[in-house]
Amino acid sequence: MTSGAQASATGRQASLEGTVQPGATVQPEATVQPGATVLPRLLSASGRPADLAEHLRVHGRLLYRGGARMLIHSIESAGLTGRGGAAFPTHRKLTAVADQLGVPVVVGNGAEGEPASDKDKTLLWSSPHLVLDGLQLAAEAVGARRVHLYLHREPALVRHLESALAGRAAAGLDRLQVGLVTAPARFLAGEESALASRVGGGAALPRFTPPRVFEHGVDGAPTLVQNVETLAQLGLISRYGPAWFRAVGTEAEPGSMLTTIRLADGSGGVAEAAIGTPISQLLKLDRYPARAVLVGGYHGAWLSPEQAGRLTLSNADLRPLGAAAGAGVLAALPVDRCGLVESARVVRYLALESAGQCGPCLNGLPRIAASLNQLAQRRSTPADRDDVQRWSALVERRGACHHPDGTVRFLRSALAVFTDEVTLHEAGRCSARSPEPFLPIPAGSPAREEDWS
Amino acid sequence: MAEKLRVNPILCTGHGLCAELLPEQIATDEWGYPILSGTPVPKGLRKLARRAVNDCPALALMLVGDR
Ligand SMILES: Cc1cc2nc3c(=O)[nH]c(=O)nc-3n(C[C@H](O)[C@H](O)[C@H](O)COP(=O)(O)O)c2cc1C
Ligand code: SF4
Ligand code: SF4
Repeated sequence: MTSGAQASATGRQASLEGTVQPGATVQPEATVQPGATVLPRLLSASGRPADLAEHLRVHGRLLYRGGARMLIHSIESAGLTGRGGAAFPTHRKLTAVADQLGVPVVVGNGAEGEPASDKDKTLLWSSPHLVLDGLQLAAEAVGARRVHLYLHREPALVRHLESALAGRAAAGLDRLQVGLVTAPARFLAGEESALASRVGGGAALPRFTPPRVFEHGVDGAPTLVQNVETLAQLGLISRYGPAWFRAVGTEAEPGSMLTTIRLADGSGGVAEAAIGTPISQLLKLDRYPARAVLVGGYHGAWLSPEQAGRLTLSNADLRPLGAAAGAGVLAALPVDRCGLVESARVVRYLALESAGQCGPCLNGLPRIAASLNQLAQRRSTPADRDDVQRWSALVERRGACHHPDGTVRFLRSALAVFTDEVTLHEAGRCSARSPEPFLPIPAGSPAREEDWS
Repeated sequence: MAEKLRVNPILCTGHGLCAELLPEQIATDEWGYPILSGTPVPKGLRKLARRAVNDCPALALMLVGDR
């Protein structure tokens, strides 16, 4: 870890590098630079949404770099990775898109299809201008002339972004006009090929790859898709520099990330945490003991309380166990609930959210969900467990998108972590005292064509 | 260059025709959809593999460079 003082000195320097465009003033000395190790960085410190005046007071205007690729080196030095789930190095994606022949399109991904995650919506409410700065900077970095923001179809949020964009237009901040595109409230809506289809005017359904979206995305153009939090981080790194960014987090996984926390007492919310923070600290496990901990959302994995108790929020810790930090979902299942009942609810939801385009996914997921439900309801026969194992192997890596793979990962972790409960259930018993559902499952599964657009 | 079979699962309608032509490389699952071996197509099967690709009624099967 870099010391705070060193980092903020470098941060100041970084905001001077690159070509300063007319009208893009470097912050006067009097402006307080955020302390390098102080969190939150991304969310507004006041807790209220940062309007344009507040955003400019805290961060100043965005500084264009004066040419394509100029920002990419800073992003590489910072070690920024995508915050949409896969933690892919952002500079590599920027480079891959900039290297394509056609003129790229850039899309900020704020679909947040994961029901257990609230961080992108919270970020868009709290700090829309950081995201919008990042969108302009990413467009400059890859030489795009068309940018979109893809966000949850929630009228109040859309109005919030429209008014933020109007304010920026009046202040002359944006070089490219941003088109807002709404995402259907579907789990898969934010998968990048579904996004590309939707932004191009089609349904938000995944498509077969190759070609990958970075080569052939929106209307056939090379397309950069970045999660809105990744874009907000870009807005910060462009101002304060890579060393500032690295002042929190670990050497291998620098920076902070937004998390959506559900404590075992039922409370929770969105919090920004340094990568590498102990999970037990984030979930207050010593105060609110958990039966198990879900990391990474519904395509993520369950951990036992012992595992969660010794691991940090980092892929270095989580990947060896087949889990991942993903988009920062952390949920502590209360001790009085049944992990199998909860998992069966989630898998049923995931099966219903299958786009139904691919044979194995269409046939396999509903059967897996039904067998798991038998187990959860203590009605299973020994054949059910074998069926679940066989069907899981049959759907894995056989879809056009990763939905079956993520679903199987979640399911297998449930069977592993709740293995004692499986034995009890097969004997017709259940150790849970409360039937109250815990994990959030949205109402209404897709039934018609329009549900995907 | 060695080539491998790939199927576009969105287009594939599960006729199983390909599996009949090329059982060495393609099995079918219990719903009739092809399970590809995932291994490079050996020299002796290339002709048949190309035929399976051309005969697929859904244009779902393809030969791709082995990476
Ligand atoms: C099933 C599925 C759902 C996804 N949903 C989202 C989403 O809601 N929001 C998001 O940013 N990324 C989502 N992703 C990841 C995107 O495909 C893409 O990788 C990401 O937006 C890239 O941005 P990043 O590199 O900044 O993370 C999803 C991926 C899959 C496989
Ligand atoms: S794998 Fe499933 S969710 Fe993904 S495109 Fe195919 S049918 Fe849809
Ligand atoms: S012949 Fe084509 S459509 Fe039929 S199962 Fe094989 S790949 Fe699918």
